[in-house]
Amino acid sequence: MRRLVIVGASLGGLRAAQSARTAGHDGGIVMVGRESHLPYTRPPLSKELLKGTQEIEDSALAVGELDVEWRLGVPATALDRERRRVHLADGTDVPYDRLIIATGCRARPWTGPGATLAGVHTLRDLEDAVALREALRSSGRLLIVGAGFIGCEVAASARELGLDVTLVDIAAHPLLPFGPELGERWAAMHRDHGVDLRLGVGIAALVGRDGRVSRAELTDGTTIEADAVLLALGSVLNTDWLAGSGLELNPGVVCDATLTTVADPDILAAGDVAAVPLALAAGAPTRVEHWTTAAEHGQLAGRNALLDPADRSAHTTPPYFWSDQYDAKIQALGCPALAERIELLEQTPEGDRWVAACVAGERMLGIVGVNAARRLPWYRRQLTSPPPLAQVRDELAADPKRLGAPAEASA
Amino acid sequence: MKVHVDMNLCQSHGECVAVAPDIFQLGDDDLLVWQEDVPDDRRADMQEAANACPMMAIRLED
Ligand SMILES: Cc1cc2nc3c(=O)[nH]c(=O)nc-3n(C[C@H](O)[C@H](O)[C@H](O)COP(=O)(O)OP(=O)(O)OC[C@H]3O[C@@H](n4cnc5c(N)ncnc54)[C@H](O)[C@@H]3O)c2cc1C
Ligand code: SF4
Repeated sequence: MRRLVIVGASLGGLRAAQSARTAGHDGGIVMVGRESHLPYTRPPLSKELLKGTQEIEDSALAVGELDVEWRLGVPATALDRERRRVHLADGTDVPYDRLIIATGCRARPWTGPGATLAGVHTLRDLEDAVALREALRSSGRLLIVGAGFIGCEVAASARELGLDVTLVDIAAHPLLPFGPELGERWAAMHRDHGVDLRLGVGIAALVGRDGRVSRAELTDGTTIEADAVLLALGSVLNTDWLAGSGLELNPGVVCDATLTTVADPDILAAGDVAAVPLALAAGAPTRVEHWTTAAEHGQLAGRNALLDPADRSAHTTPPYFWSDQYDAKIQALGCPALAERIELLEQTPEGDRWVAACVAGERMLGIVGVNAARRLPWYRRQLTSPPPLAQVRDELAADPKRLGAPAEASA
Repeated sequence: MKVHVDMNLCQSHGECVAVAPDIFQLGDDDLLVWQEDVPDDRRADMQEAANACPMMAIRLED
């Protein structure tokens, strides 16, 4: 294999290039990236960077002496599999022998009335975070639309900065992927920290004064005054450039467990954009928008791309996710979003640290924990395939390090 | 080789623990404890742990 091309120069793409080099690839590597920056890490964009406890430089990912040809600031616009070329926006073509797709996601746009007013933000890239940080410094009232992870994290950061925060979501609970049972806990956490949380309502229109947003009209007829608005409505895939390529793109770039696309053994995918069979999801191709999954995918895709398809190894690590809000470190393993119900497994008597199981049928598909980091390695071992919940409870009862006897813990 | 972890950055994600449980552990109170002197034949492992750390808290030194 002579030339490896990686499209998407962020976490997944960088880890792929690094691992291809570590595995001994001495041919060319071309990294194509839409953003003009070298790779950086996104989690601080809603947390430390917004709060000002970290600077822009701190989010750079270490690139070191990595020997690659960077094509930054130029998006790929099309893939020609027959001629094995990636077309770029500047009119050039990049030929490949093997290709890794790591183009991730972007913020889901909202196109309702007032969407283009000044003071209306989304958050995905570094520029977005810098603009939002400026807005938080000069505003008193922030409205956040969408109580998913990014919306909730920004709410926490903005409260810590002293802003008045209104958080609205059409859903009945914040952080819906973690199930309605835990919804009350997240809602209480935000309300206790002074967030004006409005659930079950959406936004109808944004209204401005002199081209700048000044208030929002909600679907229940109420009005919220705001100096800045963050639209945190989830994400959409950056797969437009793959239209017409013949790759299967639903629910993401569909791969087998070795991250090889089902349509083409010379093309692999990694990170947020990749849909990979997960044991915890009964083998269904599943997209996982988590930092560590993107890092692991990249690492494996870089190595696998050098090998013949038969020699490639599979990705088996259960998904891991974290979110920091106020003094809660929320951590999740596995696939909470696929659960049918949530059962509390352990909790300190004070209730400030706990772990809950995400269950489907009689099996545990994942866990969600708060301030329980030391318990994670134990659950990680349980979750390579979905264990029966009864077995987990038995083993837990015998574990002296659990946070509280299961009997003391009730949801 | 030496393994340094910047405890101002570490947030106990335990990714390093998953890569090399004999070198990294999460102690009571969720704080990371780790072995600072690591034999050179574990370099690949330690590099993997450093790359896996979401906080970029792990630094390796010869
Ligand atoms: C604000 C924020 C906070 C987050 N916090 C957490 C957290 O606390 N915990 C957690 O686990 N995860 C978190 N995440 C998710 C995590 O950052 C992602 O899972 C991770 O960035 C995915 O990496 P990736 O390389 O797959 O994709 P991305 O990081 O999205 O990178 C894709 C890259 O490809 C580029 N690209 C797109 N289209 C093209 C094209 N046509 N041509 C060339 N380049 C292209 C993009 O510009 C981008 O640079 C957060 C994400 C955001 C946005
Ligand atoms: S992976 Fe990083 S943040 Fe996590 S425990 Fe290890 S050093 Fe700390």
